[in-house]
Amino acid sequence: MTRTLVIVGYGMVGHRLAQAMRDRDVHGAWRITVLAEETRPAYDRVALSSYVHTWDAGDLTLPAVVGVDLRLGEAALEIDRVKREIITSKGERVTYDALVLATGSAPFVPPVPGRELPGCFVYRTIDDLDAIREAVEAAGRTGRRAGMVLGGGLLGLEAANALRGMGLSPHVVELAPRLMPIQVDDGGAGLLRDLVQKLDLTVHTGTSAQVIERDGQRMVVKLTSGVELDVDVVVFSAGIRPRDDLARAMGLTVGQCGGVVVDEGCRTGDANVYAIGECACVAGMVYGLVAPGYAMAEVVADRLLGGTATFPGADTSTKLKLLGVDVASFGDAHATTEGALEVVFNDAVAGTYAKVVVSDDAKTLLGGILVGDASAYTMLRPLVGRAISGDPAALVAPAGTDVALGSLPDDAQVCSCNAVTKAVIKGAIAEGCADVPGLKSCTKAGTTCGSCVPMLKQLLTEAGVAQSKALCEHFDYSRAELFEIVAGSGVSTFSELITKHGRGFGCDICKPAVASILASLGTGHVLDGEQASLQDTNDHFLANLQRNGTYSVVPRIPGGEITPDKLMVIAEVARDYGLYTKITGGQRIDLFGATVDQLPHIWRRLVDAGMESGHAYGKALRTVKSCVGTTWCRYGVQDSVALAIQLELRYRGLRSPHKLKSAVSGCARECAEARGKDFGVIATEHGWNLYVGGNGGFRPRHADLLVSDVDTDTLIRLVDRFLMFYVRTADRLQRTSAWIEAMDGGLDHLRAVIVDDSLGICADLESAMHQHVGAYADEWRGVLEDPEKLARFTSFVNAPGTPDPTISFREERGQRVPVQLGIPEVVSP
Amino acid sequence: MSVQFPLTNLLPNRGVAALLPGDVQVAVFRTSDDRVYALSNIDPFSRAAVMSRGIVGDRDGVPVAVSPMHKNAFDLRTGVCVDDPEVSLAVFPVRVDAGMVMVGAP
Ligand SMILES: Cc1cc2nc3c(=O)[nH]c(=O)nc-3n(C[C@H](O)[C@H](O)[C@H](O)COP(=O)(O)OP(=O)(O)OC[C@H]3O[C@@H](n4cnc5c(N)ncnc54)[C@H](O)[C@@H]3O)c2cc1C
Ligand code: SF4
Repeated sequence: MTRTLVIVGYGMVGHRLAQAMRDRDVHGAWRITVLAEETRPAYDRVALSSYVHTWDAGDLTLPAVVGVDLRLGEAALEIDRVKREIITSKGERVTYDALVLATGSAPFVPPVPGRELPGCFVYRTIDDLDAIREAVEAAGRTGRRAGMVLGGGLLGLEAANALRGMGLSPHVVELAPRLMPIQVDDGGAGLLRDLVQKLDLTVHTGTSAQVIERDGQRMVVKLTSGVELDVDVVVFSAGIRPRDDLARAMGLTVGQCGGVVVDEGCRTGDANVYAIGECACVAGMVYGLVAPGYAMAEVVADRLLGGTATFPGADTSTKLKLLGVDVASFGDAHATTEGALEVVFNDAVAGTYAKVVVSDDAKTLLGGILVGDASAYTMLRPLVGRAISGDPAALVAPAGTDVALGSLPDDAQVCSCNAVTKAVIKGAIAEGCADVPGLKSCTKAGTTCGSCVPMLKQLLTEAGVAQSKALCEHFDYSRAELFEIVAGSGVSTFSELITKHGRGFGCDICKPAVASILASLGTGHVLDGEQASLQDTNDHFLANLQRNGTYSVVPRIPGGEITPDKLMVIAEVARDYGLYTKITGGQRIDLFGATVDQLPHIWRRLVDAGMESGHAYGKALRTVKSCVGTTWCRYGVQDSVALAIQLELRYRGLRSPHKLKSAVSGCARECAEARGKDFGVIATEHGWNLYVGGNGGFRPRHADLLVSDVDTDTLIRLVDRFLMFYVRTADRLQRTSAWIEAMDGGLDHLRAVIVDDSLGICADLESAMHQHVGAYADEWRGVLEDPEKLARFTSFVNAPGTPDPTISFREERGQRVPVQLGIPEVVSP
Repeated sequence: MSVQFPLTNLLPNRGVAALLPGDVQVAVFRTSDDRVYALSNIDPFSRAAVMSRGIVGDRDGVPVAVSPMHKNAFDLRTGVCVDDPEVSLAVFPVRVDAGMVMVGAP
């Protein structure tokens, strides 16, 4: 008989339970009802702060669970344990066979007078952030707007950084004498404070808010230290309290500091009621992290299906997600274990602080704290509670951070977010997972916070499957390395390159790759001399090869803007040569069905009419799509057409590892679909938001926000750097999205390099782009003006002008389409 | 010999198409060590007459031309497809004499 499971609360943990039940309950033993107080489906609360980059809740939404009766905006109000019945906020009655409380927690707001004033907020839900944003916008634009965050813990710093992202000057007020008092010690906190202040956050420690008062449109916060802050918004982030009120009303036991008391199977005193996530108290502990909550959800799913799983306890390691500030804390960070020893490395010059805590015999790692550089975190955290060989100092000494993964036992967790052990990853590698994306999809490791991705790579290397970076059998180098070799050595031909740095004659992989590198470095026309022999057929004939051996012709239409006169020329050419005509998704007109010998004639007419190559054939910039923007659209806030044209003309002809597409939208309505592009721009009232790493195609992906509200000059400078960095360092045929994903540190690293110039290469990237822009010349014009190049556009070397007898067409919907001829006989020699 | 044309029309590491009597299409290739080869111009996988437009190079030392359509490589000496030896292109006799390339029927 089917039983009914009711889950109260649809946060991250409630969602995980629903998912786990639907995955595992293959016989359909349970019907599932979810009561969710929030009006939107479950979302990634851990990533809540990233909402301020896009204000797109869709980005955070967790995958929908099918086959669940999900009641959004309907909270559980009362529960009758005897009748096993719940009364909801909509007045409905829902009965259950099993009930799981997953109500999470509520932010704690200390009783400061004035805390009820408009302009005071908590930081927990998407709605909270929307409300903060509204208040920030209402605060007007005169003078510098400011905000105060009460609480200098992990969430407080995250909230302050988010306020900064909304254009406020944030003050962080912390009662304890240091920031992140739970995770970090005094030594680490001193450095953390410096780093945080570099992000323009003002820090006040050892003090608290005494009173908040209205002051015209703003507020004044009086601190116990005597300081007064003028602010527009106040955000409370002073800790959380489990939401256990329903459980209390049901007569269930709650813990000393709150939280529904459950046993190791996550069951309350009532055999039909469970509690999981932040509202549960297991073995006296309430966990404020998502990983333990996920583990509890898995335990309950197992129990409901007849299993006997128990909650194993969880570690409370944390890594701060703030951009540019690395902080990690794990295990017994404060050395509270009897006899524990601390080894500290404090490098004031480099701005790093590292501490490990070991047992009294210095043989077991107990915990640690890293500030400034937390790269050792992924290696050290799984070692907690395990024997270490050798000197513990080696674990944190600057050169000692690469503890051999081999020494890690198989049952150690590599990915703590998803509880994936080293053994599971090794198993997946043995079964054929050969790269990080593969491991991510078959083990889930690395899919949540991403901090274990470097370890995944290392495990692949140790298993001997790390893919060779060699471009092909002719070169042992990756594309990026070849780029550096060509750029640095002045080698300007393929034959010189392969003689000096490769072997054999080359192939269809290395030749076009080198051709693209040479073109990016501005070595003349793509069909000049030896370069002509390197090009793939598309580049060789400056047109796109289609299925019957004919080509398509695509003139550039920058930004999609075109005059009626040019439209007429295109129409006449199409009619005269019988070309199939189609408007593409990239705002171009494609003309299909031209034979090799027709191409120069067609282009002669297009070039004479003022048109130029659209590079639709190349791994190059294809289109910059635009909406209509301020000129015509009643919603537009910037001139998206002008910018799209400017960008397209600037980057036309740029050869790159893969084709590049872009778009500019005139407002957040996003009619140009800019976020589906390699780089996309969306107008704001203050300037432009730049997104990078999106794509359509086989695995569509939305681009991520790189910077917001920049002016046009800054935008162009950043795009210059972005494109050049990509051209130089990406692998062959690697799209921008995969390129960013494959970077250590991902988008944050990219931002550090091209926005903050962390590698000091930006001037170089910009000047390379200037060179490209200055040297641009239309490729088709170059062919038409050069009789030697023109001569290659013949169907038959001995019978120029004779049409290819295998090409024929039929008519469909009033246009010509290709007919595929039967396969000619294959004669074996 | 059915067809001839000047070697200067054939760039090293590239191919050209030639038309033999009876609408037979040949792809003639010149490698960087200045050898000349002739194969059928019709890619057996896509059935399009495009072999002459492919990239010339080597696979493991074997001189090949790669179809621009779906990138299948063919041994220039034997016409056999390197990735799928079941499939092959017809080989045509070819030689260079006094600066002229001469191609004949197989
Ligand atoms: C800004 C921020 C950053 C964070 N960063 C991290 C991090 O880096 N790492 C980490 O591990 N954790 C982090 N956390 C904590 C993490 O988000 C929580 O541990 C996790 O979301 C807890 O999941 P939960 O399902 O138990 O609770 P929640 O996600 O809070 O979900 C509870 C849900 O139940 C609903 N609810 C409550 N009462 C009822 C009722 N009576 N009827 C119906 N519905 C009800 C609530 O509205 C809520 O939607 C962060 C939290 C925040 C706010
Ligand atoms: S994106 Fe905005 S400006 Fe552009 S067309 Fe759409 S609504 Fe108008």
